[in-house]
Amino acid sequence: MTVDWQTIADAFGLGGMYALMAVGIGLVFGVLRLVNFAYGQLVMAGAYSLAFAYERGWPVWTGILLCFAVVIVLSVAMDWVVFRPLRTQTPAVMLVATFAVAFLLQSIALLWFGPLGKIAASLSSLNQPWTVGGVDIRKISIVSTAVAAGCLVVLLLILARTNVGLHMRAAAMDFRTARLLGVRANRVIGTAVLLSGLLAATVAVLMTVQTPLVTPDFALRDTILVLAGVVLGGMNRLLSATLGGFAIGFAAGFLGGALPTDQSQYLPSFLFAAVILVLLIRPGGLFTRAGQQAVERV
Amino acid sequence: MRRARAALELLAPVLLVVLVALFGTIVSSSTQTYVVTTLVNVAIVVALYVFIGNSGVVSFGHISFVAVGAWTAGILSMPASEKPAIMPNLAGFLRDTTVGNVPSLALAAAVGALYALIVGLPLMRLSGLAAGIATFGVLEITHNVLRYWEKIGPGLNTFSAVPETTGLLQACVGALIAIVVAFGYQWSRYGRMLRATREDPAAARAVGVSVYGQRLVAFTLSGAIAGLAGGLYVHLLPVNAESFYLDLTFITLAMLVIGGATSLWGAVVGAVAVSAVDSFLAEAENGVSVFGRTLDLPSGTRIVVVGALMALVLILRPAGLTGGRELRVPQALRRSVLTKFSA
Repeated sequence: MTVDWQTIADAFGLGGMYALMAVGIGLVFGVLRLVNFAYGQLVMAGAYSLAFAYERGWPVWTGILLCFAVVIVLSVAMDWVVFRPLRTQTPAVMLVATFAVAFLLQSIALLWFGPLGKIAASLSSLNQPWTVGGVDIRKISIVSTAVAAGCLVVLLLILARTNVGLHMRAAAMDFRTARLLGVRANRVIGTAVLLSGLLAATVAVLMTVQTPLVTPDFALRDTILVLAGVVLGGMNRLLSATLGGFAIGFAAGFLGGALPTDQSQYLPSFLFAAVILVLLIRPGGLFTRAGQQAVERV
Repeated sequence: MRRARAALELLAPVLLVVLVALFGTIVSSSTQTYVVTTLVNVAIVVALYVFIGNSGVVSFGHISFVAVGAWTAGILSMPASEKPAIMPNLAGFLRDTTVGNVPSLALAAAVGALYALIVGLPLMRLSGLAAGIATFGVLEITHNVLRYWEKIGPGLNTFSAVPETTGLLQACVGALIAIVVAFGYQWSRYGRMLRATREDPAAARAVGVSVYGQRLVAFTLSGAIAGLAGGLYVHLLPVNAESFYLDLTFITLAMLVIGGATSLWGAVVGAVAVSAVDSFLAEAENGVSVFGRTLDLPSGTRIVVVGALMALVLILRPAGLTGGRELRVPQALRRSVLTKFSA
C-alpha cells in the first residue's frame, strides 16, 4: 500500500463530490420518500451541456450557466412528469420507476450523442498541481473539497435560517402533520427538487474536470455508490446521509488510489459487502442515533 | 370451481408459451432466435415473479443468480479441449469435469438455489428500500467477482464454444418448467403464507407466519429458476459478465412491472409482450421493412421505448397490463356455464 498526499487529497475531493450527490438525493428523499436512482443522469445531462459548450468554444462561464439551466429544467421536469403521479405509491415502486427513468435518459443520451462520448475540458487547467508546503496536490482535489464544503454550509444556512428551510425540515419529519400546520406541499417539494438540481449541476462541473470524457453512462457508477453510501449513513437525516456519501467517496478514492490494481479491481465488492453488513447490523444507518430507523426489518 | 380456476391459472400461461414456441416453428431462423430468447426471458421473469410478486419486496439481485447459473452450466458443459484457450486459469476440478446438456442445466438450477439461499439467509431480514439497495449490492458484487476471478470462469472473455443446445424445444420446456414450479408454489401453503405477509405483515405474523422464513423459501426457489434460466441462456448465446448486469436487470424488471408483478399470468404476458416489442425494435435498428417501407432506427431506440413504456405503465396503470390478476373466465360466461350445469 502506497499512501501519499495526492491520494488523500483525491479521496477528500471524491468524498466531497459524493457528499454533494448524497445531499441532492437526501433532500428529495426527505420530502418525497423517494430514492432517485436517476440522479446520476441529471449529472450526465449537465456534463453533456458542458461538452456542448466546450465543442463550440464558448467561454467557461456560458458553459457553466448552460449546465445549470439544463440540469434544473430537467430535474423540475422529472418531478412534474414522473414523481408527481407516483407520490402515493410505495417506496419500492418509486425506486423501480426512477430506475426506469435513469435507463430512459441514458439511452436518450446514447441516441443523441452516440456511444463514443464528448469532451468537456474547459476547466482542465484545474488538473495542474499546486505546491503546498513542498507537496504537489492537484488543484481540483482542493477545489472539489472547498466547493463541497461551501455548498454544504450554504445549504445548512438555508435549512436552518429561512422559512422554506424550516418547512422542508418539518416536511421531512412528518409530511402530513406539516401540511396540516400550513406547510405548502408543492412549494416544499419544488424547492427540494430545485436545490437537488443545483447540486447535481455543481457535481457535473466538478466531475467533468476529473473525467472530461462524457459518455452516456457518465456518473452512473457514482450514483450507485452514492445511493449505497446514503443508505449506509442513514436515509432519514440529511446529515447522516451526507456523512455516508462522504464516507463511501473517501473510501473509494483512498482505497482505489492506495491499493495495487490486482486488489483494487475488487473494490466495488468490498464496498458493497460493507454496505450489506451495515444494513444488517445497523439498519438505521451508521451515523444515526439509536431508535431512529428509516428501515423496517422482519 | 376451485379446480377450474386453478386449471385456468396454469393453462393460460402454459398455452401462451406453447403458442409463442409454435410461432417460432413457422418463422425464419433469424426471427427464431428472438423467439427462443423470449422463452428464456419468460423463465427469468417467472423467477423474479416467484419472489417479488409473492413477497412484494423488490430485488435487483436476481440477475446474479442467472449469472451464476450461466457460469455453472457454461463451464461444466464446455468441451474439455476448448477450456484452456478460453479459461486458462480455471481451477483444477472445473477444468477436468465435463457434463452433458441436461445435467448442466440441473446443476445450474441447483447452484442458483444454493447461492440464493446463502445470500438470502442474512438479506431476507430486510424490507423495502434496504432490501432494494442490499440486493443491488449482491448484483454489484457478483458482477465484479465474475468479471475478474479467472479461477471460476472466463473472466472478461466470452463463453464461446459452449454447445448451443437451447433451441425452441429446450427453451420452451425450460419456460414451462419455470411456470409449473411457480404455479405449484403459489398454490401451496407456502405461497399463500408469503402472499399473506405481502398484504399485511403484522397480521400474518400474528397468525404465526414467519415473514423471514417464507421470504427465504421463495428467494431460494426463485434462485433455482433463475439459475436454470441462466443455464438456458449460456446454451443459447455466447455470453460474458456484461450480459448479466444492469441492462438485463432493467429489462426483466420492466417486463415484470409492465405485465403486472402480482400474478404469474402478468409475469408471462409482460415477458412475451416486452420481448416482442424489444425484438422488433432490435430488428428495426438493423433496418426492417414494414408495409413496404424501410424502417431504420438508430441503435439505442429499444431501451428508450422500453423505458418509456415502463414509466408510462407505472404512472397510468401501476398494477400492470393484467392488473396483477390471474386470468379469470369473465363473470357472464361463468354464470351461463353454471346455470347450464345446475339445470
